[in-house]
Amino acid sequence: MIKEKLSFKRRFYIVIMRALMYICTSLTACLVLALVVYLLIKGIPNLSWEFLTSSPSYLTGRIGILPDILNTIYIMIAALIVVIPLGIGSAVYLTEYAKNKRIVSIIEYAAETLSGIPSIIYGLVGMLFFCQFLGMQTSLLAGALTLCIMNLPTIMRTTQESLKTVPSSYREGAFGLGASRWRVIRTVVLPGCVDGVITGCILSIGRILGESAALLFTAGFAHTLNGFVDGLGSSGSSLTVALYVYAKEQGEFGVAFAIATILLLLSFMINLAAELTQRFFRRKKTI
Amino acid sequence: MNKRSKNANNINKKKLVETAIHGVFLILGLTTVSCVLLITVYLVISGIPAIKEIGLVNFLFGKTWASTAENPSFGILPFILTSIYGTAGAILIGVPVGFMTSVYLAKMAPTKVKNIMNSAVSLLAGIPSVVYGLVGMLVLVPGIRRIFNVPDGASLLAAIIILSIMILPSIIKVSVNALEAVPKEYEDASLALGATAEETYFRVSVPSAKSGIAAAIVLGVGRAIGESMAVMMVSGNVANMPGLFESVRFLTTAVASEMSYSAGLQRQALFSIALVLFLFIMLINATFNFFLKREKEGLV
Repeated sequence: MIKEKLSFKRRFYIVIMRALMYICTSLTACLVLALVVYLLIKGIPNLSWEFLTSSPSYLTGRIGILPDILNTIYIMIAALIVVIPLGIGSAVYLTEYAKNKRIVSIIEYAAETLSGIPSIIYGLVGMLFFCQFLGMQTSLLAGALTLCIMNLPTIMRTTQESLKTVPSSYREGAFGLGASRWRVIRTVVLPGCVDGVITGCILSIGRILGESAALLFTAGFAHTLNGFVDGLGSSGSSLTVALYVYAKEQGEFGVAFAIATILLLLSFMINLAAELTQRFFRRKKTI
Repeated sequence: MNKRSKNANNINKKKLVETAIHGVFLILGLTTVSCVLLITVYLVISGIPAIKEIGLVNFLFGKTWASTAENPSFGILPFILTSIYGTAGAILIGVPVGFMTSVYLAKMAPTKVKNIMNSAVSLLAGIPSVVYGLVGMLVLVPGIRRIFNVPDGASLLAAIIILSIMILPSIIKVSVNALEAVPKEYEDASLALGATAEETYFRVSVPSAKSGIAAAIVLGVGRAIGESMAVMMVSGNVANMPGLFESVRFLTTAVASEMSYSAGLQRQALFSIALVLFLFIMLINATFNFFLKREKEGLV
């Protein structure tokens, strides 16, 4: 009815724009679908229980990725242990202590800068600083510390967001009762930022899982099976680095696809977890 | 008397503890700043010597990179141009697709489609870059070789396609956020004046979200220029001047591919490349912040 009144030019514009939107959205959707299906088809036949739970051996020609899985987990644990206090601390400083606007803007600008620096530069500086200057050699610990710098802005930002949602009347009430600043932070503010910390951790885990360039020169490529403490001191490859080495240097594409499938499933699960926790905390807050 | 001095003592102690804790938090707060300083200082210190030795002009505008030759030459113009062309190509493909998708998702999509697409985009963002590299290596590279009938498919074109896919999620996410923040009144006013939905979205909503969309594009540029692993796996990794079907090397991959066996001046030159890359990124970050700030100011 209305359409009849529109001029040809306007109708043409509408049709073109609509078509472009549909085409582009379906292109994006198809891309994701094709990628997932392709990886699953190529990867799943190469997955087996033995593959996941053994270490590679040249004698029997067996390829297993247990060391790589463990290394990834070690790096995650070590990086999170260091980065969580740092991130919470800087977020608390920004929202509770800092009065000087210039300091706040400097810190926030620094965080922006950190999240924009490409991972290869982190790898390089990590190699120079942790491996050479601090004498850690190429080790999981050096890799974890490098990733720690990378993920600091993430944790800081999510914590800061959740701290902002703690009503200031809570703080004022506590101050009014005579509590000192530290006590207010400990008893009123920090319990309110749990959701931000958890969201930040999930995001960081996702990022650590997918990181490769920063680990190449800091954590190395070894496939030896280690315990946590020994592992931190020795070089080892994460899943992503192992994928790279198997695909690019050894031409073992089956193994590479199997690892890619695992990574895909894990990042899917991490996305799901992030979404669920966010929904959970939002619901909790509205009640 | 005694009690009062004890009290005062206690208060003093409390104050001391408070100041100490304030100090601890200040230090924690400054870790980000010190990390940025650490990175900058390390890159500058380790990057300057090689540039001094080679000469700034020779380094930046030299056309040949032969680091292991007998008479080594360290010109990084091929890398700089490759990085710029690669990023420009990725933006050229990725931005229109991402932009149209985000307008659809932000304004027209039914909730169900929107939810599904949101998780699809998040998944795209979460896939590690080596996985993109792997798929590119085994699908894109042979595909390009067959379709365009060139001897080797590992080329700038393959890198551009991979990069344009990899920057899609960041572009879509940031522009959707910007488009959703457009005040509803603007759109209502436009609709009430007789514009159709599509006209409203493209001629009212998009212009008022333009800073946010610009920020999304700049973010995409940053991602594309900083990506290393995926590009290393599909671009062939030879220090040629860029051509669409040429095997090329980016700034990032130049650092990554020679780092493990480099020594002496070659190693220092790699640090200088990293310094150049870092300067590029800082420039892009500054632009990104500029647009983001403008968007915030424009909407408040």
